[in-house]
Amino acid sequence: MSRLPVTRGRARLAFQANVVVIFVFFYVPIVLLVLFSFSASRNAGEWGGFTFAWYEEFAGDRATKDALQASLKVAAVATAVSVVLGTMSALALERFRFHGRRVFDALMYLPLIVPDVTMAIMLLLFFSEATELLGISRGFGTIALAHIAFSISTVSVVVRARLGGSDDRLEEAARDLYASRWQAFRHVTLPIMMPGIIGGGLLAFTISLDDVVVTQLVTGPGWTTLPVHVFGLIRRGVTPLINAVSVVMLLGSMLLVVLALLVSRLSGQDSKYIH
Amino acid sequence: MLATRFPFSAAVAATALAAVSVAACGGGSGGGGAETPVADCELGQTDGPLRLFNWAEYIDEEQVAEFAQQFGVEYSIDAFESNESMQALVSAGNSNFDLVVPSDYMVGIMIAGGHLMQLDPDAIPNVTNIAEGFRDPGFDPGSAHSVPYQWGYTGIAVNTDVLGDDFPRTWGLIFGPEADEYSGRISVLNGARDALGAALKYLGYSVNTTDQPQLDEASALLADAKENILAFDTDAADDFLISGETVIAHSYSGQVFAAALATDDPEKFEFFVPEEGGIRWVDNFAIPFDAPHPCTAHTFINWMLQGEQHARLTNWNSYGSPNDAATEFLDPGVGDSVAPDRLAGAADLIEGLLDTGDFEIQYTDAFIRAKG
Amino acid sequence: MTAPTVTQVQPQVASADLEARRTAKERRFGLLLALPGYGYLIMLFVVPLVMVSVYSFGTRDRFGQTQFDRLSLDAYGRLADPIVRDILFRSLWLAILTTVICLVVAYPFAYFMATVPQQWRNLMLVLVMIPFWTNFLVRNYAWRVILGTDGPLSDITSLVGLGDIRLLFTQWAVVLGMVYGFLPFMILPLYASIDRIDGRLLEASRDLYATPWQSFRHVLLPLSMPGIIGGSILVFIPSLGAYVTPEILGGAKTTLMGSYIVNQFQGARDWPLGSALSVVLILIMLLSTVIYFRKDTVRT
Repeated sequence: MSRLPVTRGRARLAFQANVVVIFVFFYVPIVLLVLFSFSASRNAGEWGGFTFAWYEEFAGDRATKDALQASLKVAAVATAVSVVLGTMSALALERFRFHGRRVFDALMYLPLIVPDVTMAIMLLLFFSEATELLGISRGFGTIALAHIAFSISTVSVVVRARLGGSDDRLEEAARDLYASRWQAFRHVTLPIMMPGIIGGGLLAFTISLDDVVVTQLVTGPGWTTLPVHVFGLIRRGVTPLINAVSVVMLLGSMLLVVLALLVSRLSGQDSKYIH
Repeated sequence: MLATRFPFSAAVAATALAAVSVAACGGGSGGGGAETPVADCELGQTDGPLRLFNWAEYIDEEQVAEFAQQFGVEYSIDAFESNESMQALVSAGNSNFDLVVPSDYMVGIMIAGGHLMQLDPDAIPNVTNIAEGFRDPGFDPGSAHSVPYQWGYTGIAVNTDVLGDDFPRTWGLIFGPEADEYSGRISVLNGARDALGAALKYLGYSVNTTDQPQLDEASALLADAKENILAFDTDAADDFLISGETVIAHSYSGQVFAAALATDDPEKFEFFVPEEGGIRWVDNFAIPFDAPHPCTAHTFINWMLQGEQHARLTNWNSYGSPNDAATEFLDPGVGDSVAPDRLAGAADLIEGLLDTGDFEIQYTDAFIRAKG
Repeated sequence: MTAPTVTQVQPQVASADLEARRTAKERRFGLLLALPGYGYLIMLFVVPLVMVSVYSFGTRDRFGQTQFDRLSLDAYGRLADPIVRDILFRSLWLAILTTVICLVVAYPFAYFMATVPQQWRNLMLVLVMIPFWTNFLVRNYAWRVILGTDGPLSDITSLVGLGDIRLLFTQWAVVLGMVYGFLPFMILPLYASIDRIDGRLLEASRDLYATPWQSFRHVLLPLSMPGIIGGSILVFIPSLGAYVTPEILGGAKTTLMGSYIVNQFQGARDWPLGSALSVVLILIMLLSTVIYFRKDTVRT
């Protein structure tokens, strides 16, 4: 594989300008909320002088910390499971012919098509019966199951976007060179899919971390997630505290990313894709 | 053909499974006026942990922790964001919550659905501390299923820098000719019953009307007022007012009052209930029909009803207290947002929201039509 | 792809039997691979969906409970109300606009991302996602401050002499908010698919004297179609059902599909109507997806 041609001259400048504009667009609200997390005023959009008070309040606020923890746990599990299931489904749909493939294909798109609210009502009805049948209680299990249900499809779509544009000659070639199915998968297919898997996983994580509508109808005692808690805080008008929480999450995620990059750099797993 | 056999059989199986569960569900949730389970608890009895489902930031966690420690039980506090989402979750069954805090009309809805437990008065003797005006409410005759928690008004908050002190204290500031002067600087609560309720009051009707022509009139009034309205918003009405985005805000007393107090110049803002009357809301303790630990919940309610504990609640969240015994323990200034002098009109023009049964559909419809 | 594969070069006689056995094995393996996802979606998606569909044939009783003693089509009948049609068209228009803007903006971004060295791509990917690990309500509220009367945007526009541009609580603010919220959902699938394209194909088209537009139109665009379709679905559908952004940035002054459904399920507690509306929406989407893919397969 050779890389896409790099445009030069004025065209490249236009591309770069587009990138800069998009990043400015992405980060303007973020800069603002970082700024306001230090504002002494309790009201949104009003600068009331510099303070650390909201961070101190966050540090002492068990409800908010619990909610953050609950959200991270749910998002981690939901992302891991939906990445595995979504990738398997994408692979099956793009690389294999099997009975019921077309129906499975349509089924995969369904969760994307259903409006949030309907999904919430669907799962509310389902869990009010299933919790007894399956012997699970409302809380972590039900929230994670729900998040996985709508994340599998997202992961699958992104991975398929990756696999769909390509043909399977590389895998075929590997197989013809007497690589086992596993070896062909491990050394050829998986690296090809990797950007799709990472992208899909990132989106799944984000969706899980942001969901209010479904979560609030499938939650149980002890499992108020962060977005549900934040919704409540906004209703009570405590906005700067929420800004502080967001900044903490921002720093946390940046730290995680830096760590992940470092680890992959050290173990040399980075940039080993075939080009 | 073979290719389609598998998924179809799976779909058939799924349908059958779903049909069975819906049937079970339909049977379980019953119809209106369903019988409610009756609690049977001893004074001070606990039967497990306390699982509290409340509005966010509505109680100090330390207070609950103190109760838990005193009675040797575990506890959890979770937050809901609207009456409707709480009700959907609890009414579906198996929610595992022991204690919820629905507003007035929602108590009525949940009783009608058979989704609240009938309280055992023997386990809550402190209920005598509840003020006269909050006993035996319309939404829960005989106070059989609920105990008042906190309360407040729905009214109007204005910026007196812009309106001065001498302005008519009427809903006309939103719906009448008076509003034209402040066009584009008015916000209205984003709820069918709240917004239409205000319009109904301006027209001199009940906020609980089930008369279609009256509702249509209110809907048309709201539609006309729309050109003066900046936004329909419930959560940030206070923010808009304080940032100067609006000068007239249809809002809840506690919220806007707390926000104004936090500014440099609280005098700049005035909250009042218009002379045509407004809405009084009351949030209440109630126990879900399938609560796993109802007796712990009873004991907690009784503990909270002590004057000192209820005052602590009120001092912490600054809403109105329905508890007579709490009055002497209140911090100075707390409760000003619901003081009688906030009423521009007669007290008997104040109403509480009630469930209107079938007519709820018409309210939602009328609101959507008014918005266009 | 029409390029000959290595297998086709092998002798035909031996491969026929081999091929058949291999196909059967492949089919089994494919099914096995699909089974966990399949089972999961049937259990947690199809079953609940059927449950909701059943509700659309119920009736709302006086207390807001759904009754099934007589199955009725009332809820579907009420969807014929012209206001529902207005709301649907308005929502469709906003969702299409959002999707098109996202596509136009994200395509060059994703292409550029695919041309930079590997370590830069990872960085860009992470930079795209980081803002979205805050909280979407908080981000919406931040936009509200930016677009507000005395916000930074009006400061800038009046500074450069454009006067006071009032965006907040207009439909443009809603579109802006949705583009902001959904852009990563376009960028990621696009990048995943563009990055996969063999650069030599573009070079070849250039060697054959194709203009940049021609190579884009006839090489890049068709090859990146899976990404375009995937991204468009991920953006279009949630924009159609969105209700938080329209309420916060649009001031809830007009009703969109998302808030209409929420109002039915929660405000009116009219589950039959909410369910009927959802069922119809899902059918429309499903039908258009099927037609789209049918057309696609016929063409190729």
